[in-house]
Amino acid sequence: MSDETVGNQITGKPVPYRGGGFLPKSRKIVAPIVFILIIAFWEWGCRTGFISPLILPAPSEAFDAFMNLVNSGLLWQHLAASLQRLLIGWFSGTMLGIIVGTLIGLFSIARSGLQPLVSAIFPIPKIALLPLFIIWFGIGEGSKVATILFGTFFPTVIATYGGIDNVDRGLIRMGQSFGLTRMSIIRKIILPGALPAILSGARISAAIAIILLVAAEMIAAEYGIGAYILIAGSLMATDQLITGVAILSCIGLIFAWIIGKAEKYFLKWRA
Amino acid sequence: MDLSLRHITHRYDEVEVLRDINLDIEQGQIVCIIGPSGCGKSTLLRMIGGLERPASGEVLQLGEPPADCLNPLTYIFQDFALLPWRTVEGNISLVLENHPLDAAAREEIIADVLARTKLSDFRKAYPRQLSGGMKQRVAIARALSVRPAVLLMDEPLSALDSQTRELLMDDLVDLWEKENYTAAYVTHNLAEAVRLGHKIVVLSRRPGEIRDIVEIDMPLSARTTENAELEAIQKRLWNLMRDEARAADMELLDE
Ligand SMILES: Nc1ncnc2c1ncn2[C@@H]1O[C@H](COP(=O)(O)OP(=O)(O)O)[C@@H](O)[C@H]1O
Ligand SMILES: [Mg+2]
Repeated sequence: MSDETVGNQITGKPVPYRGGGFLPKSRKIVAPIVFILIIAFWEWGCRTGFISPLILPAPSEAFDAFMNLVNSGLLWQHLAASLQRLLIGWFSGTMLGIIVGTLIGLFSIARSGLQPLVSAIFPIPKIALLPLFIIWFGIGEGSKVATILFGTFFPTVIATYGGIDNVDRGLIRMGQSFGLTRMSIIRKIILPGALPAILSGARISAAIAIILLVAAEMIAAEYGIGAYILIAGSLMATDQLITGVAILSCIGLIFAWIIGKAEKYFLKWRA
Repeated sequence: MDLSLRHITHRYDEVEVLRDINLDIEQGQIVCIIGPSGCGKSTLLRMIGGLERPASGEVLQLGEPPADCLNPLTYIFQDFALLPWRTVEGNISLVLENHPLDAAAREEIIADVLARTKLSDFRKAYPRQLSGGMKQRVAIARALSVRPAVLLMDEPLSALDSQTRELLMDDLVDLWEKENYTAAYVTHNLAEAVRLGHKIVVLSRRPGEIRDIVEIDMPLSARTTENAELEAIQKRLWNLMRDEARAADMELLDE
């Protein structure tokens, strides 16, 4: 095909490479470097007056606020109050969600009765219901936990029955063909098959739980990270506000890390 | 235990899939069912094993399965149907856990079937770590573990490459030589049918009707490749099927 012939020999040119790419990998050291660079730039900006202290406090000031919080002993009270609400609400919301999602995934009656209801309530921002919850469950812990429970319940229901719907029907036929009982098929084939979807639902509902926690604590809470942020905000104490937000971010990261570990453990068969 | 299919007819909504199928599967025999794709072979096999109900007609079990049999009608599926979250031994123990066996008895069965399918070294492996041929051997081991009276195989070799297919075909022949199992073997591969079948049932295109039943008396061990008699039979089967297959291929899938 080539027209450049030297003597009898045809000189070839290499086929141009056009594959590869589109496979971003995450390199471990990059993230901390970016993180440190941003904080350093921020600190530098505040010290030189490039960033006005009225707009954003320096990271060192936020850190001082954090140390004050630790030294006064209030950190543990805020954290304990928040974590208790978060864990109770998220755990019971997730458990109930898995149960109801399983019922919808398995039974025609539950599916026809509950699925439309779930679809109707799921998109409502649960924060809008907070006043109602206060009337129903009181202004104390009840309404706060109920908000989180309600908010995490629906995404879990949807993730669970979606996961069950996607279980390979061939595996269920196999179970039936070997005479497995209905209970065994549910326990050993359907639920493990839906587990990946349930765990990614848990990831989403954990993030929702933290959002709702702060919202609920902004109404009538003495202790809690949300209350701390609210007070800081009303006093224009931006250093404390940044501290509170950083604590929330850490809680979110720890939750995600725990769920990541659970995925690694329970889904090790996926390679 | 023999099986007898009497006047099996089936339709999905308006589409007639099977029409008046009469067939006997006798103990110790391998019955191969061939036919163009879409003619209802898989549907028929699901009916034989009780996974689906025919619109009319019935599948009868003649005589009792042997006393030690845990699951008389046992499938081997084309796509293996292994649980990806269980290891090789876990997949086998799955089908034993519902039976009143103590741990030692279960362990003994698992070790035995793994040895028979040459899988003993892979007990702890997950399905994703195994090749297609190995996965199907695990499925065969699982089927053997419940001591079936009749094996129901739906194109068990179709998902495998041709070399692996040859090897597994040899395994199935060896196994039959040793144990004389009864089987219904669905395939669209004529060579497989001639190699393994004592009786070959040719179905027409949809609605599947029995076109012909060809019996081959030659013992399985004598059925080497390049066997003139078998080639003649295979040619005859192909002549029976060719026009059906061509017509089936030209049909629209939804009408
Ligand atoms: N569950 C079902 N619902 C509706 N149609 C089906 C169903 N299963 C199979 N069919 C139809 O029945 C026909 C026979 O299918 P099948 O038994 O899988 O054929 P084969 O295994 O011979 O290729 C096909 O036309 C297929 O589309
Ligand atoms: Mg088929």
